[in-house]
Amino acid sequence: MKHLLTIEGIGRPELEDLLDLGDRFIEVLDREIPKVPTLQGRTVATMFFESSTRTRLSFERAARALSADVLSFAPGTSSVTKGESLKDTALTLKAMGADLMVVRHQATGAAHRVAQWVDIPVINGGDGAHQHPTQALLDCLTLRRHFGKLDGLRIGIVGDIRHSRVARSDLQAFATLGAHVTLVAPPTLLPLDTTGWPCETAVDLDGVIGDLDVVYLLRIQSERGGASGFSSLPEYVRRFGLDDRRFGLLHPEAVVMHPGPMNRGVEIAPHIADHARTLILDQVFNGVAARMAVLFRLLTAEAGS
Amino acid sequence: MIVIRGGSVLTSLGVVTADVAIDGGVITEIGQVDQDHATSIDATGDWVGPGLVDIHVHLREPGQEWKEDIASGSAAAAAGGFTAVVAMPNTVPAIDAGHRAGFVTDQGRKAGLCQVVPAGAITIDRKGRELSHLDELWEAGVRLFTDDGDTVADAGVLRRAMEYLADRDCVIAQHAEDPGLSAGGHMHEGAVSSRLGIAGSPALAEETVVARDLALVRLTGAAYHVQHVSTAGTIEMLRRAKAEGLPVTAEVAPHHLVFNHSAVESMDPDFKMYPPLRTAEDVAELGSALIDGTIDAVATDHAPHADYEQEVPFEEAPRGVIGLETSVAATLSATALDQTTLFQRMSIAPAAIARLSDQGRPLEVGRTAHVTVIDPVAEWEPDRFVSRSQNSPFRGRTLRGRVLATVFAGEITFEASR
Repeated sequence: MKHLLTIEGIGRPELEDLLDLGDRFIEVLDREIPKVPTLQGRTVATMFFESSTRTRLSFERAARALSADVLSFAPGTSSVTKGESLKDTALTLKAMGADLMVVRHQATGAAHRVAQWVDIPVINGGDGAHQHPTQALLDCLTLRRHFGKLDGLRIGIVGDIRHSRVARSDLQAFATLGAHVTLVAPPTLLPLDTTGWPCETAVDLDGVIGDLDVVYLLRIQSERGGASGFSSLPEYVRRFGLDDRRFGLLHPEAVVMHPGPMNRGVEIAPHIADHARTLILDQVFNGVAARMAVLFRLLTAEAGS
Repeated sequence: MIVIRGGSVLTSLGVVTADVAIDGGVITEIGQVDQDHATSIDATGDWVGPGLVDIHVHLREPGQEWKEDIASGSAAAAAGGFTAVVAMPNTVPAIDAGHRAGFVTDQGRKAGLCQVVPAGAITIDRKGRELSHLDELWEAGVRLFTDDGDTVADAGVLRRAMEYLADRDCVIAQHAEDPGLSAGGHMHEGAVSSRLGIAGSPALAEETVVARDLALVRLTGAAYHVQHVSTAGTIEMLRRAKAEGLPVTAEVAPHHLVFNHSAVESMDPDFKMYPPLRTAEDVAELGSALIDGTIDAVATDHAPHADYEQEVPFEEAPRGVIGLETSVAATLSATALDQTTLFQRMSIAPAAIARLSDQGRPLEVGRTAHVTVIDPVAEWEPDRFVSRSQNSPFRGRTLRGRVLATVFAGEITFEASR
């Protein structure tokens, strides 16, 4: 693996190898001194054109836990507002000594473009409504640690699927690992054409919720027009919010996940977010390990080749 | 004197194998020309016909000369076999008044490489609200009116323009894309856009506008032209409108004949254009419609952008690709038109649509010498372009058919190195 740009096309053995690595790095993170010298002297650059504090911090925490240095590119104060092209920004960070780049961008394909311009590994930290591969890895890691395996799990991804890179990445990874995925959303928030996707779709959450092992909630992506997909927030909450009644329809072993940031009171009732059967903070913790696994794979494979 | 030797020549009496002699700006002889002191162009086995006409180009002058200007665009036109181009009015400022159209004509004359004809905006600053200075524009030589780049979305405004111009010898051309349906779309709405998570513009965005406009044509009798047709549904409507006898014409861009929306999977901005690349079925229908004449003309929608403007993600890239220098090759590669049909679709019909009296006429002794020589079978790979910009989806692709020489008003404006 030279880059991690998309979860599409990554086979089961390769996914499982990354998850196995993730398990090993969770052991590292559980140590008294949660740090190994593996990537000492290497520099990881995070280029976050779209503000996302949690993903950036998670990558930077992962890099530091592997003893790598971090170059953090912050858009608010950067040259992007001065009209610099994506290519020039990437070349500039490379010239400063980056050995690997994590690219988060509001447009599809940004990381792919950067990978064409620089000769170092690139990780897609989320591009538009397209892909967010490390999110898929951390979610798989979380589910595998909780259930032992994903084979046969029935997972419902609920919410603004149309504008969600998390949904596009996760459904591929979940399906590759043997889970059955159902996308649940109002018709205006489902992708327009899901022909050939390894999943089913549904527009009625109540109709499917009782069969689910995992309810994976997404927030409404207002910044991408998600809020125009329904007539009012209260109406959305009535049809798709995970409230007490719907939580009661879940079978007793079912769990709730959310990639964050979550909007309490919208897609999830405030107290359910804190329920013992939500894995939301496990996702955050495992995210650091999953990203350590990817950094390790890309930077050590590069050195070996 | 120039002699084009031994080509297959499209004359007003049909195709003949002959030499063509040109002197003093006009065609002086078609037949066997014995003349030793002439500049000779060997056209053995090649097609010789009237200079090509592109009724849809963006030359970016005035206002965006870093992308292209009228001189560089004229050179690109000559290299593509063109002796006339119609420059779209979405410049900065827009061509919405007579003196602005006059400026474009004058800059074209100064460049002297082809006839540059300004198209005029239908509405002031192409905003779609008030009619532009249509009389002035007409008097300045504008015969094709369009807000290209944007649709005249308000049916009432378009109706007034049609009524106002209905008795003039001119045509109203529409960039058909309903702004509500296309809302923010960067590519064709379908399987590929859904997978990439890129907002799509549906085929219906084009088709609903064409359907509405055809009703206005029935009402007003104005001549109407659909720019860059991209969907099978539009073709079906054009077939019926033509059968009904409506004064309707249409053009297709070469890139729409070659590529479908799966090309966007590369996320390369060289595949970003409006209307977007559609499905493989649409592409097949466009080819058939060009062959059978439902689509009258090939027009490139030549839209230059600087390299650095393209060094961004697909969604943030400007729209449009260059096309002048690959138009013949892309069209022949996609459709394998015969000589007569090729010159019909790329010279005769477009000249008639744009009301260019001195262009697009089969060769005849005494006529102004606008002539293009094409090798219909040569294979080549476009690499560097004469245009100031290089944003072509055809770079590095093998194409069949190549322009060998262009003669504009009796002067050689382009000759391929062999």
